[in-house]
Amino acid sequence: MIKFFLMVNKQGQTRLSRYYEHVEIKKRTMLEAEVIKNCLSRSKDQCSFIEYKDFKLVYRQYAALFVVVGIDHTENEMAVYELIHNFVEVLDKYFSRVVS
Amino acid sequence: MPAPIRLRELIRTIRTARTQAEEREMIQKECAAIRSSFREEDNTYRCRNVAKLLYMHMLGYPAHFGQLECLKLIASQKFTDKRIGYLGAMLLLDERQDVHLLMTNCIKNDLNHSTQYVQGLALCTLGCMGSSEMCRDLAGEVEKLLKTSNSYLRKKAALCAVHVIRKVPELMEMFLPATKNLLNEKNHGVLHTSVVLLTEMCERSPDMLAHFRKLVPQLVRILKNLIMSGYSPEHDVSGISDPFLQVRILRLLRILGRNDDDSSEAMNDILAQVATNTETSKNVGNAILYETVLTIMDIKSESGLRVLAINILGRFLLNNDKNIRYVALTSLLKTVQTDHNAVQRHRSTIVDCLKDLDVSIKRRAMELSFALVNGNNVRGMMKELLYFLDSCEPEFKADCASGIFLASEKYAPSKRWHIDTIMRVLTMAGSYVRDDAVPSLIQLITNSVEMHTYTVQRLYKAILGDYSQQPLVQVASWCIGEYGDLLVSGQCEEEPPIQVTEDEVLDILESILISNMSASVTRGYTLTAIMKLSTRFTCNVNRVRKIVSVYSSSIDVELQQRAVEYNTLFKKYDHMRPALLERMPVMEKVTINGLTEIVQSNGETESAVLETKSPPSGLQPLSQANDLLDLLGGTDITPVIPTAPTSKPDSTGGELLDLLGDLNLTCSPVSAPVPQIAQPPFLLDGLPSQPLFSDIAAGIPSITAYNKNGLKIDFTFERSNTNPSVTVITIQASNSTELDMTDFVFQAAVPKTFQLQLLSPSSGVIPAFNSGTITQVIKVLNPQKQQLRMRIKLTYNHKGSAIQDLAEVSNFPPQSWQ
Repeated sequence: MIKFFLMVNKQGQTRLSRYYEHVEIKKRTMLEAEVIKNCLSRSKDQCSFIEYKDFKLVYRQYAALFVVVGIDHTENEMAVYELIHNFVEVLDKYFSRVVS
Repeated sequence: MPAPIRLRELIRTIRTARTQAEEREMIQKECAAIRSSFREEDNTYRCRNVAKLLYMHMLGYPAHFGQLECLKLIASQKFTDKRIGYLGAMLLLDERQDVHLLMTNCIKNDLNHSTQYVQGLALCTLGCMGSSEMCRDLAGEVEKLLKTSNSYLRKKAALCAVHVIRKVPELMEMFLPATKNLLNEKNHGVLHTSVVLLTEMCERSPDMLAHFRKLVPQLVRILKNLIMSGYSPEHDVSGISDPFLQVRILRLLRILGRNDDDSSEAMNDILAQVATNTETSKNVGNAILYETVLTIMDIKSESGLRVLAINILGRFLLNNDKNIRYVALTSLLKTVQTDHNAVQRHRSTIVDCLKDLDVSIKRRAMELSFALVNGNNVRGMMKELLYFLDSCEPEFKADCASGIFLASEKYAPSKRWHIDTIMRVLTMAGSYVRDDAVPSLIQLITNSVEMHTYTVQRLYKAILGDYSQQPLVQVASWCIGEYGDLLVSGQCEEEPPIQVTEDEVLDILESILISNMSASVTRGYTLTAIMKLSTRFTCNVNRVRKIVSVYSSSIDVELQQRAVEYNTLFKKYDHMRPALLERMPVMEKVTINGLTEIVQSNGETESAVLETKSPPSGLQPLSQANDLLDLLGGTDITPVIPTAPTSKPDSTGGELLDLLGDLNLTCSPVSAPVPQIAQPPFLLDGLPSQPLFSDIAAGIPSITAYNKNGLKIDFTFERSNTNPSVTVITIQASNSTELDMTDFVFQAAVPKTFQLQLLSPSSGVIPAFNSGTITQVIKVLNPQKQQLRMRIKLTYNHKGSAIQDLAEVSNFPPQSWQ
């Protein structure tokens, strides 16, 4: 199950966030900061799945924007990875010339 | 009032803010403007304001005052208003807010709206945040929409149904008829959501699962079409047709095929086909293959298929892409239990992954390697794992060390190899070894009797250079203490012996004691080791005495206690010293209640007691408690105990009890009071409550306290050695009449100067004809040694009537209270 969907830029500013489970508003900012910290510290040749607390993060970087999806263990990580790309392509098609 | 700014402007303004404080200021200003605009009940700009509010909420600022506004927007007739209103409802409202129920009516109306987009909005919102009450009310509408011909609505309705089922599982049956035709769709969107709905229903209810098994052929057909069909532009992702749907169907097949032979049979072909036909050059193909592998592993597939799956995983491992390697390692870990041999084939690749740069991959590879170690490959694997231990990140070292210990214990080819491996781990990652590993290592070393010299020599060499790693130093100092004589004897078959003098050994132990790096526990080990060497070494006893006496004034209470005890050993009990400090017997490992405790085969040396890890608690086996009890009343040490309470500095008595118990009692120099029965309590925990004390005299005569109407009560006495003011009386009640006496209750009262404790009786029925008795224990405390007197009250049922009697007992023998 997907827990949340985030688009965060390199400076840590949230561009888009959607939570599918209730999370307190204060905890959200903390969560986003931690998540982006984890993703930023990864190098290019490390895998895109991070184990964070009791769920997994699947992230993908597009220029200066990180798209991060939090999933639990029942999801196929690679399918989610494809989903992220699909989402970005859709945005691109719909809004034409997407920039962060 | 000027028109409020548009959302885009707001976003642009907020982005120009350079600091957090600036951003907060702008947002607060805008919030104030929005609030005043809400108060004015301005209809035209409401949706714009709410949109801005939602953006600010997303950034993390509170926006609850917009909830009612969202409701107003939903109620409006304009589509743009409704759209923002529903979005706001999804983000801001949930079950916890009371206002959400007000939406129910709006949603109901919108579900029946003429425009499909409005209906779609309503379905989305219900599916996102509907509470159980709302779901119950609106489930009927959703079900109706599930049957419409409009595919846009059908797919949304299917997802909404998933949410309804999650919230209110009882409504599942309601959706059953609608699912009949779901899989006959052409539209992939509807197909996808239908599969999700079916998955949810199957996961929730085993009956549904059985019911839907008949759909397996249909699912197989759909999957086949997807693979076989040519290029279709709407569903194509990097050359594969609708991979998301394929993955979903595979997952549903997994759930349906689990534990069911027929369905698994039906799926075998298609799974093989997917596995072989999917293109693996792109990530998409690999995602599908991964799901296929998971499915094959979970259902009752034939062995050929399983081997195919593991080979796919093996191929994944060789791939350059990290994601794929990670995924492969995770799945191999899941399958290694069931298909051990197949996974063994890929062992070398897995071991290579240990050297990968990525942390997640390394962790997975490490876990998998431990799972793969067996008798045949243990030497090779250990070499790799030791190399890994050396070079890995600190967060892995503890786990790796524990894993190596476990594996080497199970599969060690020879004792020497085992000890070598342990030594290497201790020297490499000594400070990360878990504390509980130290006692198990020590036990292991004592077990390999012939290796003692070799072990102690190597340990000595290891700490010569560096004694900062605590577990290593603990094990080493313990061994040196035990086998110091072997060390200085200079004989060792396994490797060239080193010439060590007693002074050198004592030097190194002393420096460990003094060093700042040593933990308190390590110092305790070392002090005990030095003490033991006093019997093993011949020339340096005085030096040992000196060291020990220095530490008797140490600030560390533990060290001080040990030092004082050892000092006393030297001074007063020197004749006992060799016996106490003798070589430890081989320890057996006993597992009790899942905890591993080290049981002494003969409960002798004091050092054994000091090092036993956990203080004897109620979990102790009876045998050990009895051993310790033997110590208390046993042969070697008897001369000590009786003198303790009477003569000498109280410290002696207290300490010796400390020695023989565990060091629960701290602060020895403080006078321990005459040891009460309660102290040490743990000795008694493991034993049933019986009188523990031996009679001093040959036996105190028992008396008949009461004899009337066929009921006879006898008193037998016991006095304790250690506590002369306690008398334990055991009463025995017998019945010589022809009928039983039931509900027998014995009560007793004593004069004020005494204290009485009545324990529970053995039963409440005295059988007739003296065929059985009731036993009860009374403890009387008589500090002033006055004559014992007692008044007793008896109540029982006999021959159908309740009888009560009072009596006074004054014929206590003088030995019972003097």
